[in-house]
Amino acid sequence: MIIQSMKMAIKAIASNKLRSFLTMLGIIIGVVSLVVLVSLVNGATGSINDSIDSLGSNSLTVNITSGQDKPLKLSELDSLIENEIFDEIAPTSKTSVTASTSYAEENVSVTGTTTAYMNIEKLEVASGRFIMNPDVDNHSDVVVISEDLAVDVCGRSNVVGETMKLDGKNYLIIGVLESSNSLTSNSDNSDYQAYIPYTSLIRLSDGISLDISSFEVSVNGDDLDKAETILENVLLNRFDNDEDAYSIFNRSQIAEAMSSVNNTLSLLLGGIAGISLLVGGIGIMNIMLVSATERTREIGIRKAIGATRGSVLMQFLIEALMLSLFGCGIGIGISELVIVIVNIVGNVSYTMSISIVGISVGFSVFVGLVFGLYPANKAATMKPIEALRFN
Amino acid sequence: MIRFENVSKIYQVGDETVKALDDVSLSIEKGEFVSIIGPSGSGKSTLMNIIGCLDVADMGQYFLDGAPIENYSEKELAHIRNKKIGFIFQSFNLIGTMDAAENVELPMIYQRVPAKERKRRVEEALKMVGLYERRHHKPNQLSGGQQQRVAIARAMAGEPSILLADEPTGNLDSNTGKQIMALFRELHEQGHTIVLITHDPEVAAQADRSIAIHDGKIRKEVAA
Ligand SMILES: Nc1ncnc2c1ncn2[C@@H]1O[C@H](COP(=O)(O)OP(=O)(O)OP(=O)(O)O)[C@@H](O)[C@H]1O
Ligand SMILES: [Mg+2]
Repeated sequence: MIIQSMKMAIKAIASNKLRSFLTMLGIIIGVVSLVVLVSLVNGATGSINDSIDSLGSNSLTVNITSGQDKPLKLSELDSLIENEIFDEIAPTSKTSVTASTSYAEENVSVTGTTTAYMNIEKLEVASGRFIMNPDVDNHSDVVVISEDLAVDVCGRSNVVGETMKLDGKNYLIIGVLESSNSLTSNSDNSDYQAYIPYTSLIRLSDGISLDISSFEVSVNGDDLDKAETILENVLLNRFDNDEDAYSIFNRSQIAEAMSSVNNTLSLLLGGIAGISLLVGGIGIMNIMLVSATERTREIGIRKAIGATRGSVLMQFLIEALMLSLFGCGIGIGISELVIVIVNIVGNVSYTMSISIVGISVGFSVFVGLVFGLYPANKAATMKPIEALRFN
Repeated sequence: MIRFENVSKIYQVGDETVKALDDVSLSIEKGEFVSIIGPSGSGKSTLMNIIGCLDVADMGQYFLDGAPIENYSEKELAHIRNKKIGFIFQSFNLIGTMDAAENVELPMIYQRVPAKERKRRVEEALKMVGLYERRHHKPNQLSGGQQQRVAIARAMAGEPSILLADEPTGNLDSNTGKQIMALFRELHEQGHTIVLITHDPEVAAQADRSIAIHDGKIRKEVAA
């Protein structure tokens, strides 16, 4: 009987293709928006999470905000991380300069730091080397630059051994970093990054002194919160219990905030798409009600011939279900197409989220059944003689 | 096999009550070819609807094969219509979206006859009415007489014990009507029970027995 009902449903759907398509349109749009939006959000979340991971989420950043009466010296830094939960420490200081060669010039963000910075920030050197301890000790005028800076200012990426002017001062390029699409910590809009010894930066810029204004600490293991508490105690001790002297910035908190934003976004977009699926369901109900009225006479004939209430109910319910499932299938097909196009146009590689496909199929079945039930019941409970008399 | 005992059917429209059937008692035996004749509005269709279990009496009792119909549930009534009754309507009542073969097949689908057997019986029934070649035609591609023959094939395909025909020739010209009547006589000769409703005395006369009805009351029974 179910097979027969399915055949009848396919017949009914095929006999009025345009109307069936328009009926399905609501479901199609609902499914496409649900699948595409959630897949895109998931894809974006994935790449944002990758970026956050590559930030080195096991590091803490400290800004010294006041405490000028008891300034932190470069030589003291190691004493701050005596607890074994800490791994390495590196001072950071930033300024903006003009980098130039005879080829071109650009505005660059320069970070003055020490050797440890490379490990803390998980930087990879493509050629040459990173800043080493002697460079810091000797106040050497050496620079490590990002690959795009090498390409744009020097004209190519393999430029180790050449010189580059930073605000007119000659610097020897000792290393070129591998390009990564990570979000940088104190992200400048420009991707051009140059790293020079902390001691060298002092000479480059008047505003920077030997007093440390900010530093980064990498943590062993992943209990960043515990490390933060310990560092907090160390710093309180160092600054005579002046809580306002410094601020600690915990990167796992950004990651958490980020993923909660993404979850909220998924839920929100999914909710909107879900509403459009519901609207699609109302469209199905509407058409099925029209169809039940239009086919009153047919229902009467079927009942006179021996159709039971159950078989008429089944016929209409299966028809509604098929409309929503066909719609869902078409919607999934279109979603796949949209994602492929987004991937090509946006040069990304998002994939369709299988769980959301499952959810949309389930939701379509639900919508088809719920919104099909009322018209189907209306058709099934018609009295045969009254249905036959209907014109 | 059909027995009415003091059956009445009353319609209430506004203040007016219409006694469509008024204390009707009758009985029809297996294998009989009975015509029911009466003018328009006399209650013929009402009578047929009750015989065919499409409608129920307000008063009195209807026994089908010895059992009172009011004891049956709606589902059981559907099964009775499916297995025991073959309807033929004045306006044919074929399903427009289905072709001739599918229309004929329909009662067997509800009887859950296996597909192969259905196919065989569709062929048999359509050949009997001479329309096997037109089996893929939709009702609107057939003439009135052809549609009525398909309807007869449909009624026959379910192998019912009673054929109920409500003015089967009413919408047809006299020649086509004669063909249809010839078909009924043939079915009667094969042993089928037929109840034929008509307002045409000539048509009524072709049955074994004629029951005349007027204002919901049986006037007289005439044996042919
Ligand atoms: N659903 C209904 N509601 C109210 N009155 C009805 C209904 N059905 C039938 N009637 C009335 O019952 C009476 C008998 O109707 P019925 O259809 O049985 O007549 P009939 O003999 O078949 O007439 P015809 O030859 O025109 O088909 C008529 O007076 C009609 O108006
Ligand atoms: Mg009538």
